[in-house]
Parts: sequence; structure tokens; C-alpha cells
Amino acid sequence: MAWTALSIGLDALSYGMVLFIISIGLSIMMGLMRVVNLAHGAFAMIGGYLASFALKSAGVGYPLAIVLAVLGTIAIAFPLEFLLYRRIYRKSDELTQILLTIGIAFVIIGVANYILGPTTKSIPLPSLLSGPVDLGFRMIPAHRIFVMICGVCTAGLLWLLIDRTEFGIRLRAAVDNGDMAESLGIKTQILFSATFALAVGLAAFGGVVGAELLPVEPFYALRYMVTFLVVVSVGGAGSIPGAVAASILLGLADTTGKYLAPEYGEFFFYLAVILVVFLFPNGLLGRRH
Amino acid sequence: MTDRIMVDGMSAPRFSVPLELRAVAITLALGALGYTLFPDDLAFLTRLISITLLVLSLDLVTGYCGVATLGHAAIYGVSAYVVGNACLAGHSDPLLLLLVGAVAGAVMGLVSGLLVTRFKGLPQLVLSIAVGQLIAALANKLSSLTGGSDGLSGISPGRLFGVYAFDMYGRTGYVFSVAVLMVVFVVLLRIVHSPFGLLCQAIKDDSLRARMIGARVYPRLVLMYGVSGVVGGIGGALNAINTGVVGLDSVGFERSAEALVMLVLGGAGSLWGALIGSIVFQVFEHYVSAANPFHWMTMVGALLIAVVLFAPKGLVSLGGLLAGRAASLLRRRP
Amino acid sequence: MSQSLLELRNVSMSFGGMRVNDDISFSIGKGERVALIGPNGAGKTTLVNVISGDLTPSQGAVHLAGVDVTALPISDRVDAGLIRTFQITRLFKSLTVAQNVALAVMQRKGLTRSMFSSPIDRPDVRLEWERALGMLGIAHLADRQVSQLAYGQQRLLDLAIGLALEPKVLLLDEPAAGVPSEESSKIIEAIDRLPSDIAVLMIEHDMDLVFRFARRVLVLANGKLIFQGNPTEVTHHQEVRRAYLGSYADARHAS
Ligand SMILES: Nc1ncnc2c1ncn2[C@@H]1O[C@H](COP(=O)(O)OP(=O)(O)OP(=O)(O)O)[C@@H](O)[C@H]1O
Ligand SMILES: [Mg+2]
Repeated sequence: MAWTALSIGLDALSYGMVLFIISIGLSIMMGLMRVVNLAHGAFAMIGGYLASFALKSAGVGYPLAIVLAVLGTIAIAFPLEFLLYRRIYRKSDELTQILLTIGIAFVIIGVANYILGPTTKSIPLPSLLSGPVDLGFRMIPAHRIFVMICGVCTAGLLWLLIDRTEFGIRLRAAVDNGDMAESLGIKTQILFSATFALAVGLAAFGGVVGAELLPVEPFYALRYMVTFLVVVSVGGAGSIPGAVAASILLGLADTTGKYLAPEYGEFFFYLAVILVVFLFPNGLLGRRH
Repeated sequence: MTDRIMVDGMSAPRFSVPLELRAVAITLALGALGYTLFPDDLAFLTRLISITLLVLSLDLVTGYCGVATLGHAAIYGVSAYVVGNACLAGHSDPLLLLLVGAVAGAVMGLVSGLLVTRFKGLPQLVLSIAVGQLIAALANKLSSLTGGSDGLSGISPGRLFGVYAFDMYGRTGYVFSVAVLMVVFVVLLRIVHSPFGLLCQAIKDDSLRARMIGARVYPRLVLMYGVSGVVGGIGGALNAINTGVVGLDSVGFERSAEALVMLVLGGAGSLWGALIGSIVFQVFEHYVSAANPFHWMTMVGALLIAVVLFAPKGLVSLGGLLAGRAASLLRRRP
Repeated sequence: MSQSLLELRNVSMSFGGMRVNDDISFSIGKGERVALIGPNGAGKTTLVNVISGDLTPSQGAVHLAGVDVTALPISDRVDAGLIRTFQITRLFKSLTVAQNVALAVMQRKGLTRSMFSSPIDRPDVRLEWERALGMLGIAHLADRQVSQLAYGQQRLLDLAIGLALEPKVLLLDEPAAGVPSEESSKIIEAIDRLPSDIAVLMIEHDMDLVFRFARRVLVLANGKLIFQGNPTEVTHHQEVRRAYLGSYADARHAS
């Protein structure tokens, strides 16, 4: 019994960390630009595709593939930012944002499907990460541990970035009061673009390192669109600790549900979501807007 | 907003009758047009009408109440399943089944409304999705009631009025569906122009101001969700009655998202917009998506982006604009 | 004051650590005309938000006709006759001018549950919304969309909605601010012609208007009620002059 619980806990934790890495960018974007970006998962998917291509066709190593995937995704996403996202930062109503970003997601799915076909693309792991690790009570894939380390590092580095750097100070000022920040001479458009790049880069990173848990295929963008949004809502837009808590909680709800009652699919996950949103409408650790 | 322009003579009551007559005439004309254009594909048209009811239902909450939802298919799908099961249990009178669908839809609508309209913004959107996904997961699980991924099949409704059978050509089903759509549309026109409908629009515009004239916002929105549920439920019932099968796709996320796309394409906040959007979209889909379903996705995406950028009020506003231009051109002529 | 319609008892309102209303108590009786003045950011609008129920005070209580309404939702206060207007116009943009006012009338008469009938043209309803529009001289705009109105006209409509609700206590938040003089004179006329038994609390920066309208003036500065009295007393009060009136009072004094 205890081992089962521990086992579930470990799986939940690694799944939760993937959710966190991907969702945190969305959360920061929502906190700062107030944009509901339903295409966020599509960028994670693009990252996965690029890494798969770099590893299998270009033959580069795993670490370099991650870097290339992140940079490549940012490069692909930037024109979209320039042409489309800029129009909906902060001002547009929610419905407009939903429609525009679903539209972007659909186009990305369609194009990915056309170019790469409907099959799942694997992202081969280096030998260091592909074997199991013996934890004494259970074998666990080394990759899961890697994912958890990635999650912790992401959270830590983001915290440093936001708490300790000039960029972070401006970011927080703009989140707290965008109009004021503008009048203080903070160039919000540049800040927004930088944040967008950060968000998309994090999504791509999560898409690559999480590919074992969320396999990369064209409908990835649609399949997990909702999950990432839910993490942000439950955590509270713009809150790093909130996103960590929400990712782990939702990872736990999902994993437990699938362990104990697999035939119910995502039932328990969404039940948990409804309960949490009702109890904490501004997120577990979110602030009122 | 065409229906608003048409009703601008609101202060003169004699205009309210022609508005409804016009709706009757237009739906009948569209029905006849459909029959002449697709005489061999009435199944497509009945499906189109069923989805149109879902889009109208969505318009009531999204267009008239400002509730952004991505889970509306839950109402439609659950009603379809309930109707299917009622029929399999031996209650096969089509009108009774329609009623069953309406009631199931109302219940689903009220429950969704209680959950979804409690908050605004992101929590609202997420709740709408969660309700939809919850229902989808349940539908998958309760395969004894839904047939799981095989779908619930073998639904064969009895004769309409005890006379007209739902034949393989689908004529009965088509006429029945057109008639249902017509009645629903006319009733909805009344509702959106009633004080209740106006109050919902007022809440959408500015809910604090609405409170400050004494409105109880939450109960009103829940009630409108109930009305929307009735309409969506009737749509689901038509789906079950006409096709004889109900699949998991009828509760799915994609169905909800597509309904939203159709609504926005036509113009949210106008019943005419919902009607035009769902017809244009589905006819387009009928021709194009058969060719290549993956290009279809790209095209829907591009279409959505284009609508948001260039026609944020939907086709119905473009129509109104063109009509206005034409009228002013005519007027300029001596 | 035996006939007190609106009474505030030690009301405080804080946002985070910032105390925007600090221990405010006053009461307004039937038929009274009271002005609330104070510098920008003094907390006047916040006070109206608290009274109308948009905000729940951190401390203290609001009483309406002797009943504690602090915990009641906005709509119940409106039903009891507590009506407000907004400093920044808030209207129903997708409705016509007539519908904006008619909706208020129908809400008051409990007709907004009606789903199938259209009582907007029922004689008794129509009479009322036409009268409210007429009082502000915008009856001829009845069929316009709100978005087609000029700003001054929108302010008139905002007040018309308030009047259509038949207030017992009316809170006006700078009704004439930013309004061209043609419209502002209509607003002033309408306020002058309000039924004499209702209580009116008006926030206003224009001291001429305050002197013309009010028999009593409340002065708010830094969230505190620093003075209340009749208009002449106010102009002579040192602290008020320092906090707010400044040159205006001096000019008036000199003349
Ligand atoms: N919801 C809120 N959250 C935080 N601070 C607020 C909020 N509402 C108002 N404030 C602050 O409270 C103070 C008082 O604002 P308020 O609008 O009540 O002033 P006012 O007296 O109406 O000013 P004005 O004459 O400019 O209308 C201001 O400093 C304002 O920034
Ligand atoms: Mg103010």
C-alpha cells in the first residue's frame, strides 16, 4: 500500500514537473500580457518535432538538440508574435483571444500533419537517461529523475530571473501595473516580446524533455491545450509557486485516477479541477486582479 | 446586428410581428433551397440543422451573455444519449423524444450554468472546459449507456404523428428538422428581444451596471443557460432521431470548439449570425474536408484568424454593411 | 435625525494596507441635498462603492431606512431604493437608448423575468421610460444605439437610468464632470427637479454647483471626514480651505 502510494507519488511528480515546465511560460504570459494562449501546447509540440529531427536526421547530441529545439521554436513563433499576438496583449476580450489562438493552434496542427505525417515522433534519449534506476523499492526510468531535476532547475532559475534581475524587476512592475510601468518609461512592447520568447522557449524545452510522458504527434497541441490552461488557472496566472503547486496537484490527481480507476480516463482529473477552481477561483496562490 | 436593425422599429409594436414572420419565411425558404441543392444528401442537411441548433444554443450564452465556453457540446451530447436510450427503451414517438431531449438539455444547461457562470474570465473558461471533459470521460466510461467508442446505435424512432416513417431517404427527418428549427428560431427571436433577453445582453455589456439597476446576475445567467440547454438538447435529440447513432464525438471538445468557430464566423450576439455561420461553415466543410481532413484543420485555423482580424463581428455584420452601402447608393440616386 | 434614510456608522475601507475610507459616520435624511467634496483621490468614489454595495467595508455598517444593509447584495439595496450613477459612464452598449432606460423600468417593476412578452411598449412602462428620457431632454434619441451618442449625451442617459429606478436615496458621482455646458445645464435642471422627498448625495468638484445644490456639505480628505456643515461654514473652515478649497474660497471671500 505504502509502496503503491510512493510509486504514484513519483509518477505524479515527474508528470507534474513536465506540466510545470510547459505551463509556466503560459502562466507568465497570462500574468503579464493577460492573453489566453491556447496555442501554447503547439509550441511545445514544435519543440518536440525539432528535437526529434535534430537527433534522428541531423545526428546531434541530446543537449544540443534541446538547445536547437528551443531556439528553433522561438524563431518559428516570433513572426506569429509580431503579426498576431501583439494585437491581443492586454486589451482584447477573452473570446477574441481564444479564437485567434485556437486558430493558430489549428494551423500549426494542420501544417505539422501535412509535413510530418500523423505518426508519433520519438525523441531518442541518451544512454545515460534511457536506463532504469533502482530506488530499492522500485525501478524508475532515469528519464523521470531527469525530468524532475529539469523542473526544479526551471523553477529555481525562473525565480532568480524574476527576483534578481533587471528584467525581472521590470516584469514584476509591469504585471503589477502595466499602465504605470509604461508611464515610467518601461518599454512594454519589448518586455512583452521578450516574455513571449521566454514562454515559447520554456514550452519547447518542456515539449522535448517531457516527450516520454506526452508523446509528440500532431494532435498534441489539441490534446494538452486544455491541460496547460487548467494548470495556469489552478495555480493562478503569473505565480511560479502557484504553478508548481498546481502542476503537482493536478499531476497527482491525474496519475492517481489512472492508477486506481484507469477506465475513468480523465474524469478524476477534471473533477479535481472543478473543485479547486470553485474553492480558489483566483488560483491556489493567485492574486485578485 | 441584423436582427437588431430589423427590430429598430421596436417602439412601434406593429413591427414585432413581421420580424417573426420573416424568420418563418426565411427558414422555410432555406429549407426548400437545401432540398433543391442537396436532394440526395438529406442526411447531411439534417445533421447541419442539428448542429445549427447547437450553435444557436451557444449563441444564447456566448453571444447574448458573454460567457466564453469551450464545453457546450456536453449539453448536446448528453441529450443525444438520453434520447437514444429513451428510444431504445421503447419510447419511440419522435415528439416525445424531442421533449425528452429538451428536458435533458435543460437539466444539463442549468447544471453547467450553475458551475460556469459563477465566475468570469479564466476560471469561467476552465470550468466550461472541465465540465465538457468530465462529461466526455463519463460518456467513455459508461459504455452500457453510451456504447463507448462504438457509439450508441440501433436508435429507430417511430412514425411521426403515427403516420410518417423516418425512411432511408431522410425526407421525414428533413421536414421534421426544418420545422423544429423554424419553431425554435422564432421562439428564440422572442426571447432575445424580451426583457429577460435584454437583461442578459445588459449583463454581458456591463455586469456591475446591471447589478446597479437591481439585476440578480447569477440567477439570470443560469436561467439563460437553461434556455440554451433546451435548444442544445433539441439539437442533440434531432441528431439521435435522424442518424440513429450517437457517437463520442457528440460530447467532445472538438464539437464544442467547432460550434464556437461557426458562431463567431456568423456573428455572435445575433441569431441570424448563428444561423448563417453554421450553414456557411458546414456547407464549406462538406465540400472541402472530404478532400483532405488535415488541410481542413489548417483552413479552419486560417479562417478563424481571418475572421478575428478582418470581420470580428462575423459575416452577419459584413452582410449588414453591404446592405447599408447598397441602400445608401440607391438613396443617392434621385 | 429621526427620518434618516441613509446612515453610515464608522465605515472604513482598506485596499491592502491603504486606508481609503477612515472611520466615516454621517446620516442623510429624507429630502436632504448633501454634497460630498474633497480633493482627487480622497476616497469619495470608494465611499459610494461601499454604500452601493460594490465593495464590502473593512469595518463599520451602512444603514438604509434604519435597516443594516452592509451584508446585502447590490440588487437588494437597489430594490430598497438606493440608486447610484457612475463617475465614468457605464451603459449597456449593445442596447438602444430606450432599451437602456426601459430595462431599468422593467427591472424595478419585476418584469425582467418575462421571456416571451415584450412589455417595453406597454403603456405604463413606456410612459415611465419616456418620462425619464424627457426629463433629461434626450427623448428624441430613444432609438439610437448607445455607441452613437456623444459623451455628454451618454452622461444624460446614465442619469436617466438612475431616475427611471425611482430612487429614495440617490448617489451621484460627479454627474456633470467633463460634460459640455449645454448638457451640464440639463443635468443641473434635472437634479433641481428631483422629487423633493428623496435624499441626494452628490459628489461634485464644481463649487458653484455645490453651493446652488447643497444645504449641507461633507468634506473628505485622505479618507477622513474632516468637516460637515452648511456651505457658508465650509468656506470659512480653515482645515477645509487648506485641504481643498484653497484659492476658490479666497476668491469667493474677497468678492
Ligand atoms: N479597487 C481598488 N484597489 C486599490 N486601490 C483603489 C481601488 N479603488 C480606489 N483605490 C484607491 O483609493 C484612492 C481613492 O480613490 P477614489 O476613486 O475613491 O477617489 P475619489 O475621491 O473618487 O477621487 P476623484 O476625485 O479623482 O474621483 C485612490 O488612491 C485610488 O487609487
Ligand atoms: Mg471619484
